[in-house]
Amino acid sequence: MYRYDVIDKEFVADRTAEFREQVTRRLAGEITEDQFKPIRLLNGLYLQLHAYMLRVAIPYGSLNSAKLRKLAYIARVYDKGYGHFTTRTNLQLHWIKLKDAPEILEHLAEVEMHAIQTSGNTIRNVTADPYAGATADELDDPRVWAEAIRQWSTLHPEFAFLPRKFKIAVTAAAKDRAATRVYDIGLALRRGRGGELGFEVMVGGGLGRTPYLGPTIREFLPTRHLLSYLQAIIRVYNRHGRRDNIWKARIKVLVASLGAEEFGRQVEAEWEKSDKAEVDLPDTELARIRGWFRPGFAKLAPRSEAFEAAKAADPAFARWTRHNVHPHKQPGYAIVDVSLKVPGQTPGDMSWEQMEVAADLAERFSLDDIRVTYQQNLLLPHVRLDDLPAVHKALAEAGLATPNMELISDIIACPGLDYCALANARAIPIAQQIATRFADDERAEAVGELKIKISGCINACGHHHVGHIGILGVDKKGEEFYQLTLGGSGEEDAALGQMLGPALPADKVAEAVEQMVEVYMRERRDGERFLDTFRRTGVAPFKEAVYADAH
Amino acid sequence: MPTLIRAHAGGMVLANDAFTHVDDDTPIPPGDVILSLTRFQAEGERLLGEGRAVGVRLTTADEVEALAYDLPRIALVALEFPKFRDGRHYSNARVLRERLGFTREVRAVGDVLREQAGFMLRCGFDAFEPADGSTPEAWDRATRRFRHVYQRSADGRTPAFVERGS
Repeated sequence: MYRYDVIDKEFVADRTAEFREQVTRRLAGEITEDQFKPIRLLNGLYLQLHAYMLRVAIPYGSLNSAKLRKLAYIARVYDKGYGHFTTRTNLQLHWIKLKDAPEILEHLAEVEMHAIQTSGNTIRNVTADPYAGATADELDDPRVWAEAIRQWSTLHPEFAFLPRKFKIAVTAAAKDRAATRVYDIGLALRRGRGGELGFEVMVGGGLGRTPYLGPTIREFLPTRHLLSYLQAIIRVYNRHGRRDNIWKARIKVLVASLGAEEFGRQVEAEWEKSDKAEVDLPDTELARIRGWFRPGFAKLAPRSEAFEAAKAADPAFARWTRHNVHPHKQPGYAIVDVSLKVPGQTPGDMSWEQMEVAADLAERFSLDDIRVTYQQNLLLPHVRLDDLPAVHKALAEAGLATPNMELISDIIACPGLDYCALANARAIPIAQQIATRFADDERAEAVGELKIKISGCINACGHHHVGHIGILGVDKKGEEFYQLTLGGSGEEDAALGQMLGPALPADKVAEAVEQMVEVYMRERRDGERFLDTFRRTGVAPFKEAVYADAH
Repeated sequence: MPTLIRAHAGGMVLANDAFTHVDDDTPIPPGDVILSLTRFQAEGERLLGEGRAVGVRLTTADEVEALAYDLPRIALVALEFPKFRDGRHYSNARVLRERLGFTREVRAVGDVLREQAGFMLRCGFDAFEPADGSTPEAWDRATRRFRHVYQRSADGRTPAFVERGS
């Protein structure tokens, strides 16, 4: 993984010192909360319903054991013993005291972490394919480009006050595990006709109250021009994006109002006028960054007898490997999901003890590498097949081996009204009710891949628009209701969900999900996932089942 | 009379402001003036003919490119921040410096706060009318918080990727 050099270290140290001084001024009453708000927001510190929330950046979801242990320490000492991994692969600590915030940032700096640009109308923490460096289907390691973007965007002087927040995702694989179509900018690495690498550039995707899939404005951007092209896109947005209405300020609204073609033309014109050589990284710097992403794999046999024997002997282990273990590009290795989706618990929450366990496993069994996924799980990217039984045992003992990845109980949910000042409704209890109904592993496996995503308000932090089943909390005269959508996807077959019908009261949501699952089980043909069946049958049979009582 | 801070010899100094800001409805006083773009377009020619120094004040809705042909005879460009959160002028300042080659004063006016001083200096502003009562010393400190930068901008600072290569 990328390691800080002295420049990166001094940069974060300077930032931490600056924030300590600002917090001191606030605590001494020299500045008001109004004046302090934009300052704390530049450092990921929100004031929520009960306390301050600190959002720690985890650039492209990449952690090692030292970082995860530090997060465990912070959760234990400064919070209530746990943290919440978000759909943006950040970690939120929901019970922070203002006076502790500078000290927490100092702890983070010790392990090359920070909270820079995890809030505010800036370029936010960049995300990437969590399988980076481990999957056979990638053309290059997307982390190289994500790290280049991280550095370039850090305290970018021109882009500190954009019309609205701005998010970039990078993938280098055909299978889109980074949801690039629903980002402000999605970058997908492609190979050109001559064999050279370039990015397909998608701009103006996003969820929220007006969801869009980002149109492609450039099919092929040579990789060396990545940063100058990003500067051109964001400059056009900074100058022309709407600032009169917060709900229309995201770049997706500008792209939609101009049309992708005209927006693309303006970007190209700006890019042509810019001095690309001033902005783009020299090859030597790209090579330096790339040098940090070369794990030392051992030469192993592609088949592990120990692994095969364990599968044959232990059905629970076999089930876990079917859902939580994935092929690796290197013979003898596997990618292992660490499930943060225990039915009945909060999706994405992790206790400090669990963090310690995962950190130990990463260090012992995964080349000291561990990732956060936007599905709010972790994964160990480089585990030897021989070690899978030991890893499974340790994960199971820590409650991290629920064999439910991509199944119905692997639910994405935002913090919702339990924590968030913006929410209209709770998301976590709905996720818990649904997961509990499908807590039986065998039943969940029989249902197969089904992605449920829940947001507590229209801001769509839970990505409900792209859930196979999406659930959106709304407020109806002070009561929590939920709108259901079907057929969304955030992957390479990206689509926005279709409305099922009138919103349902909280106590009917889990039941409705169960009814729809029954329709799917009845209607499905060979090998069809829920999403495939829905796309074939349309909304009618599902609607009929859920609203039958109402007729 | 607002405080005027100027970047000078690598630091920040309190400056005497020879210019008067004139809005669109006030008769033009004697001496050097800063006008809105519309007023400059209507009356700039005459005022320049009188031998005065004239500056132009742009709102965030104005585009700096509109001034391109007039830049050689303009004494300063004042970019007005209606709210500190409105970041359009960071792009405008860079375009003025890096694309239109403007070398005289680029002044930040309006909701200009110390927390933004570093960003402004990096984008090419070299004069500031702080709205928060900042002293030149406080302003100077705010612009020196970071020993390194990660990207080139209008201030000519050496970015990290060049520092590393040398």
